[in-house]
Amino acid sequence: MISLEKRQQPSQVITAITPLIAVALTMIVGGILFSFYGADPVESIRVIFWDPMFNQQFAGFTRPQLLVKAGPLILIAIGLSIGFRAGIWNIGAEGQYIVGAICGAGAGLAFYPSESPLIFPLMILCGALGGLAWAMIPAFLKVRFGTNEILVSLMLVYVAQNILISVSTGLLRNPEGMGFPGSRNFKQWDAAHNAEIIANTGMHWGVVAAFIAVIGAYVMMARHIQGFNIRLSGEAPRAARFAGVNPGRVVFLCLGLAGLLAGLAGLFEVTGPAGQVSGQFNAGYGFTAIIVAFLGRLHPIGILLAGLLMALTYIGGELAQLMLGLPGAAIQLFQGMLLFFLLATDVFTNYRLRFGKREVLS
Amino acid sequence: MDLSSINPALLVASIMISATPILLAAIGEMVVEKSGVLNLGVEGMMITGAVVGFAVAVTFTSPLLGFAAAALAAAALSLSFAVLTQYLLSNQVATGLGLTLVGLGLSSLIGKPYEGMKAVTLPKLDIPILSDLPILGTMLFRHDIMVYVSLLLVALVWAFLKYTRAGLILRAVGESHDSAHALGYKVVRVRVLAILFGGACAGLGGAYLSLVRVPQWTEGMTAGAGWIALAIVVFASWRAGRVMIGAYLFGGVTVLQLNLQAAGAAVPVALLSASPYLITILVLVTISARGVHGAPASLGRPFHASS
Repeated sequence: MISLEKRQQPSQVITAITPLIAVALTMIVGGILFSFYGADPVESIRVIFWDPMFNQQFAGFTRPQLLVKAGPLILIAIGLSIGFRAGIWNIGAEGQYIVGAICGAGAGLAFYPSESPLIFPLMILCGALGGLAWAMIPAFLKVRFGTNEILVSLMLVYVAQNILISVSTGLLRNPEGMGFPGSRNFKQWDAAHNAEIIANTGMHWGVVAAFIAVIGAYVMMARHIQGFNIRLSGEAPRAARFAGVNPGRVVFLCLGLAGLLAGLAGLFEVTGPAGQVSGQFNAGYGFTAIIVAFLGRLHPIGILLAGLLMALTYIGGELAQLMLGLPGAAIQLFQGMLLFFLLATDVFTNYRLRFGKREVLS
Repeated sequence: MDLSSINPALLVASIMISATPILLAAIGEMVVEKSGVLNLGVEGMMITGAVVGFAVAVTFTSPLLGFAAAALAAAALSLSFAVLTQYLLSNQVATGLGLTLVGLGLSSLIGKPYEGMKAVTLPKLDIPILSDLPILGTMLFRHDIMVYVSLLLVALVWAFLKYTRAGLILRAVGESHDSAHALGYKVVRVRVLAILFGGACAGLGGAYLSLVRVPQWTEGMTAGAGWIALAIVVFASWRAGRVMIGAYLFGGVTVLQLNLQAAGAAVPVALLSASPYLITILVLVTISARGVHGAPASLGRPFHASS
């Protein structure tokens, strides 16, 4: 008979190693899954996790992609993790990301074809404010009416997607685009282009923002009273109330920060790697960031590493599609499994396995 | 805009069709939540049901077999949620989200070869006398069997929760798992069974989408239907009858906006397409503002016999 026994204290060691165990389990199960599609399991894992970084032939092309993909994931996941710590489940980051991109791009396009150096900062500001505003809707409804933020934030993703389709075929459509949907291409407009800062590294302003967010979140959560209040509200809501923490303010702060960062991520994506506002520029980063936040244990440094790992699976997934003919959806499943295994192994943080007959406690 | 092109009898009939998938998923989720478990993976289970149902129905040219397979597959997926949350005590919100992500990935993986195929759909029933009634016949009595199965299911769930001992135990587990445990009821077993039932219902709902409502398989075709089902459970204050009302209201909104789009209403298409989601938010706000909730007291709380 195997049973679970509660630990006196959550194990720090287990907390740190569960992501590694989850990754290992995902590799094993993923390998078996890929073998059903006729790919050699060991080779497919190598193509996904090793080749994008170290293959002599094409690592030169794929390595910069790591930062390009990790940037938005980390930026969004940092915002989400702060809310998750407080027990505020904003799962609509995808919507905040889209609205941020639309607002920022729209603000810039209003001044086309100006080459003023103020254009890009203005777009960044509007992108952040757009994401913030979109996140304020569930925050306000939760504080004012007690409406469930999970459902509201998610419904707003679908609303945002409809707005995105509408503006990319209407308001923001490129007037010189022969009637094709999609806005002007920001890559051809220097003042608004989020170009690589150092050539061939993938390092653009969004990645810089992500690193700043990691440091900022670390300082706030570990050293600042607001970070303490947020953690307290999540772990002991009653105690937080007695300590004078205003629950409404925590909701606004958490959703606001998440929206702000997601909006920024959207703006940097649309002006950089994506290049234009179009119906499918959003690559689902807002949802994958949820996995990144959990895989990183809701800790800024962990999220940094988890974001890089998840970016690696994106790139490796594309490689596996090209080289081994694996279906693209296999990677999506792979990422979902990672979260599942992580949650499954998480139990050992708070409980230990006990073999043999359970004793009668006195 | 030409509103006369909208035929009221056909409108009611199509409302029933568009409400059925959400109704199936919502009634299942209501039972799950009544047992004190919050499964946010409805969307993932629904889409898995949609793809498995479609694949099996096409392969064996039998829609009924498709529905059975969809229910089984979604229940199997929900079993993973049950193991994680009930035996490994993982966070229900996070696990539910994970289930949705896994379901979305799994479904597009399975569904790739079936894209663009035509579904084998259910025949419309021809009930003697009733189907031939002038307007009522078209409205109510010329549907496929699953529409009536879903209504029967609502009645059965209502009766089960209200009149049977097992239903009472399920509600007790959801209200206070510690008391139910102290009385000797198997909290975990009850919850696992409820989760499996919820999964099967979500699977049926998904299969109804891909086999009857659309009827085709496209990636991500549930488009939030699972989340709307979750919202309907809140809207219904966890009561079977109101779940039905909620599902039909939302079915109505969906059909009406499609009809308005077709009739060329002077409202932006984006606003019309987004209206089911906006109305869901609106309804959630009104419900929460009223302050009467009726949520099971142990909803979302993990249970371990040691605590």
